[in-house]
Parts: sequence; C-alpha cells; structure tokens
Amino acid sequence: MDFLTLLQVLDSSVRLAIPLLLACLAGLYSERAGIFDIGLEGKMLAAAFAAGAFAAVSGSVWVGLLAGIGASMILSAIHGIASITFRGNQLISGVAINMLAAGMTVLIAQDWFGQGGRTPSLLTEGRMSPITLPFAEMFQSIPLFGPTYKELISGHSLIVYVAFAFVPLTWWVLYRTRFGLRLRAVGENPASVDTAGVSVIRLRYTAVMICGVLCGVAGAYLATGLQAGFIKDMTAGRGFIALAALIFAKWRPWYALWACLLFGLLQALAVRFQSIEIGGVVIPVQLMEALPFILTVVILAGFVGRAIPPRAGGEPYVKER
Amino acid sequence: MGKMPLWADAILVPLISLLLAAFFSALVILGIGESPVEAFTLMVDGALKRSAGWGYTLYYTTNFIFTGLAVAVAFHARLFNIGGEGQAMIGGVGVALVCLYIPWPHWSLAIVGASIAAALFGAAWAFIPAYLQAKRGSHIVITTIMFNYIAFSVLGYLLVEVLRPTGQMDPASASFPEATHLPNFHEMFAPEGSRMFRGAPANVTFFLSLLACVFVWVLIWKTRLGYDIRSFGFSETAAKYAGISPVRITVIAMLISGALAGMMSVNTTLGESERLILNSTEGAGFVGIAVALMGRNHPIGILMAALLFGFLAQGGAELALWTDIPRELIVVIQALVILFTGALDNMVRMPLEKLFLTLGRKENA
Repeated sequence: MDFLTLLQVLDSSVRLAIPLLLACLAGLYSERAGIFDIGLEGKMLAAAFAAGAFAAVSGSVWVGLLAGIGASMILSAIHGIASITFRGNQLISGVAINMLAAGMTVLIAQDWFGQGGRTPSLLTEGRMSPITLPFAEMFQSIPLFGPTYKELISGHSLIVYVAFAFVPLTWWVLYRTRFGLRLRAVGENPASVDTAGVSVIRLRYTAVMICGVLCGVAGAYLATGLQAGFIKDMTAGRGFIALAALIFAKWRPWYALWACLLFGLLQALAVRFQSIEIGGVVIPVQLMEALPFILTVVILAGFVGRAIPPRAGGEPYVKER
Repeated sequence: MGKMPLWADAILVPLISLLLAAFFSALVILGIGESPVEAFTLMVDGALKRSAGWGYTLYYTTNFIFTGLAVAVAFHARLFNIGGEGQAMIGGVGVALVCLYIPWPHWSLAIVGASIAAALFGAAWAFIPAYLQAKRGSHIVITTIMFNYIAFSVLGYLLVEVLRPTGQMDPASASFPEATHLPNFHEMFAPEGSRMFRGAPANVTFFLSLLACVFVWVLIWKTRLGYDIRSFGFSETAAKYAGISPVRITVIAMLISGALAGMMSVNTTLGESERLILNSTEGAGFVGIAVALMGRNHPIGILMAALLFGFLAQGGAELALWTDIPRELIVVIQALVILFTGALDNMVRMPLEKLFLTLGRKENA
C-alpha cells in the first residue's frame, strides 16, 4: 500500500467516522443522564430522510439539516415521554423508535417522491460542500506533510470539523460546568440531585433533547454529506456501532473519538478491500464488518478493562415510594 | 392496596393500547392520502377471505409464535432477548447443515432432525450473551443486539464462501433434497383437484409451533424450573434466598429462548424456501417482541397476538401489491403496538388504576 492509498483510506475513515462520532456523543449525553438509548439508529435514519427530502425540495442543505434535527428531536421527545414521564421501559421504547423510523421513512418517501422509498438524488447545492483549508495548495510541495494536509485534513464539509469540535466541547460541558456535573449525577444517583433541589425530570429531558439534536446532525450528514440523498435503511447499523463505540469508550468523550475513528477505519477498510491477506491468511470482508460488534462484546465481557455504565441507567426515577 | 381486577390487567389494558395503536395507524394511513377503511378492507380480503390468504397468514403466524414465545420465556426471567433475529438466522444454518448433509428417508424424520438442529444452533447463539450476562455482568440487550449483527456476517460468510454451489450467483445454499419437503396445507387439507391453500407457504410446522405453545405453558406454570424462572424474574434477591442460582436460571432461560427463536427457521428454511437464503428471518425476531408484549407473555395471548401480526404481515403484502402503500406500513403498525403496549404501558395503566380505585372506594362507602 503506497502513501497515497493510505491517505485515501484514512480520509474515508474520517468521513465514515463522523456519523458514528456524532451519534456516539448523542448517546453519551443521554446515557450519562441515566436514559438508555438504543434508538440512536432510528433517530439517525429519520434525520437522514428528513434532511434528504427537505434538501431536495428546497435546494438548500441547511434547510435539510434543520429538518433532520427536527425529525430526530420528535423521536427524542417520544423517547422522553415514554421513559421519563411514564417511566416505561427505555429499551422497549428504543426498539419501537427504531422500527417507527424504519417504517415511516419509507412510507413518507414513497408518498412524497414515489421513487420506491428513496429521495431524489441531490445536486451540488443540496449537498454539503467540502471546505478547502487555507494553504492547501501552497503546502503541497512539502513531502509527507503537504499531501497529508491537503488530502486528509483539508477538503471535508463543515459538519466534519464541527463534529470534531464537539469532542472537547462535550468534555468541557461534562467535566467543567455545573450542568455537566448535574448531568453526570443524575445518571449515577438521581435522588441526590433531587435532594439538592434540581429537577431530575428537566435535566433528563434536556439530555434526551441534546441527544436528538446530535443524532439529527449525524443523520443529515449521512444523507447530504456522505451520500447524495436518502435511501431505505441507509444507516445500516451505524446507530448500533455508535452505541458499541460508546461502551468501548466507557462513556467518555475523548475515548469516544478514538473508538469512532477505529470503527470508521474498519468500515473504510471493508469498503476498499473485499478481503485482506495477512501472512497468508485471508480475512473475509464479513469479519471486518462484524469486528466493531465483536470488539464491543469483548469489552463488555470485561476481558479488556471493564465497562461500567452509569449506575442509574435504565431506571426510571420515582420521587416518592 | 386494591389495584385493578385481573381481567382489567390482562384484557382491558392491552385492548386500549391496541386501540390507540390502531388509531395512530389510521392517522398515518390518512396522512399518506389513503383511506384507512379501504386499506383495512383490502387487508381483510387479502389475508382472511381466501384460503391462500389464510395460508400466508398462518405461515407468518408460525414464525411469530416461535419468536414471541422466545421473547416471552426470557421476559419471565426478566431478561430482554432482543437477539431472536440472530438466533433464528443461526438456527437456519443448523437446519441447512442437517438437511444438506444427512440423507433423510422421509420428511417426518427430517423435521425432527431439523428442529433439533435449529434449537441447538439457536440456543448456542444465545448461550454466549447469557453466559456473559450471568458471569460477567455485560448487559444482555447490548450483547444480543451485537450478536444479531455478528450472526448476519456469519450467515453472509457461510452463504458466499462455504454453502453456495459453484457457479451460482446469489448468496444461497443448494436446494434441499426432495425427500425433506414438508407437506404444506395444500397437500394436507385440499381435497383432490381443489385449489384450496394453493401456492401458500403454510406447512406442517404450524402444528409444531402450537406444540411449542403447550410446551412453554407447561414449562412456565407446571414445572419446578418454570417456577424458578418466574421467581427469579419477580425478584432476584428473593430467588437467591430461596436457593435459586441466578447464573443457572439466566443461562437456562436464554437457552430455551434461543432454541425457540432458532426453531422459527424450520418454518422459513425447511418449510418455505427449502434452501438457506440470506434474508429468511425478515425481521420476525423483532416482531416477536411486539407479540410477547401484546400477548402478556402467556402462550394463549401469544397465539392470538401472533395471529394478529400474521394477518398484518399478509395484509400488508396485499396492500403493497394492489395500492401505492409500501409494505413498511406494517413495520409502522408493529412499532406503534410496541410503543403503546410496551413503552407507554403506564400511560394507559395509571389513569385506569385511578379509575378502579375511585370505583372501589364508592362501593365500600
């Protein structure tokens, strides 16, 4: 593999890691507040559809982005009502949201566009345009750094840089602000937060809605950045890979970044090479696809450092008994 | 603490939830510019008014009974087995291996062999998540989701690289030998020369699924193991004090659950496609969650819920055939049923409990 191929693989790893990273951070807010969310997949899918549809109709990628965020937040609100207000089972609610999104997107897409459950292909103005960072051309003559800067660091769409910026931002919010402290506390011991006079319900709703916004951005990037339009089931398990990354990262922002980049690299390798030969042994592409899931099971099993979820995760909070 | 009479809990609550789901489904149909009444009539026509329609409805029902029972057995131990899909896929691998490599003289032996293989393979696929939950405390929901994806990759690999006959393009195994053909309803029930059930995939496996219902009922309510499973699900601490081993119950309940999910593939792989294909489960593992929730984890409830979802699956296929409504409408209806009977259960239950409480007070006064 020469240097340029390596750069291209890394470049596509970054692109593929972005939806994972956004969804992973989305899950981080929700789960740190004690609300399990296996509906990341569905929210991303709904957002991808809304973004694809509205970008196609309006011709503006930003309208698409807003629509995507809106669609995802509606599903988040349903999850919040079910799991916070009515103290329902958060896992069952997540399953319902995933199925709802899988069905509704195709149903509405067929009704609006009649193209068999997809949205019209987006032209340039409906898609997120790549940004060329300054000096990309100037540096090109510098060996190693030049091409790396031009191919790998420059030339992504705005969302990619925003997603990366969200990692330190999330870290700062979580560990350096009052809101973050309360958020973490409500996921570990909601009674203590309640005793301090802070509303558990409001905190959890806030977390779930932040999760909705981030999933919305992730889905919009999928439909308008990574690809040109929505196709049926286009998330293809990314929500669950993001969930895997979240566990892999043990619910911490910086580790989430590394986990998502790793899983993005696995996806990029699986896309580029149908099978890889290492030392005479052929690794089938299916193993590459399954690797994020296998790694997560191994991590969950506690063989490589134990992953302990927020203590109050999945438990509805009852004020009085 | 007088709460609700038993009948209200077992029938009224699910019924109201179902009505809510139906109401919102009707809104969705209206929203895409179709008439709910017409859609419903078309579904009834296609699924229940012709014998072939019944043949499809009962075929889907068979799948949903197996996956519904699978989810229910795990639910009784308060375990959420979301991995029925993967367990059914791997169960299908078991069916295929047994049917391709053992020369069965007659279908009656083949179905026994295939059932055992499907149950063993499905159980084996459920064993790892169960063991990890019991011994290492990894959350069973997450691991079973991961195992669904891993199962899909395993199945894809086996079909593309191992089981696919040379020269064939689509990822599928070779067809099973003629002797393993299971009698379908047309062969079993149609009088000579009649068109009854013709072309429909319902087959003898339907009766196997009814047997499974009886088996689960006896297991959960009439055996010591079932008692252990229920006590463990009711209160883990109490079960521990009673000398019930959490590890043992978790593993056994998941093994039974996985075996039931795996046995669904007897219907799809041996009964219908008669070879192993990539997408034979068609999401039935997830429908099982809706079926178990609606059926209140009781075999009779599950049987009825599976019939309802079988009707929806076939009716939805008919809709897709004759109108512009895509088959995904059924997925939406399933999602709404899961949402209202599962996640939003308290939304119906809380006001009802209050109502019964006030009614009870009035009677006492």
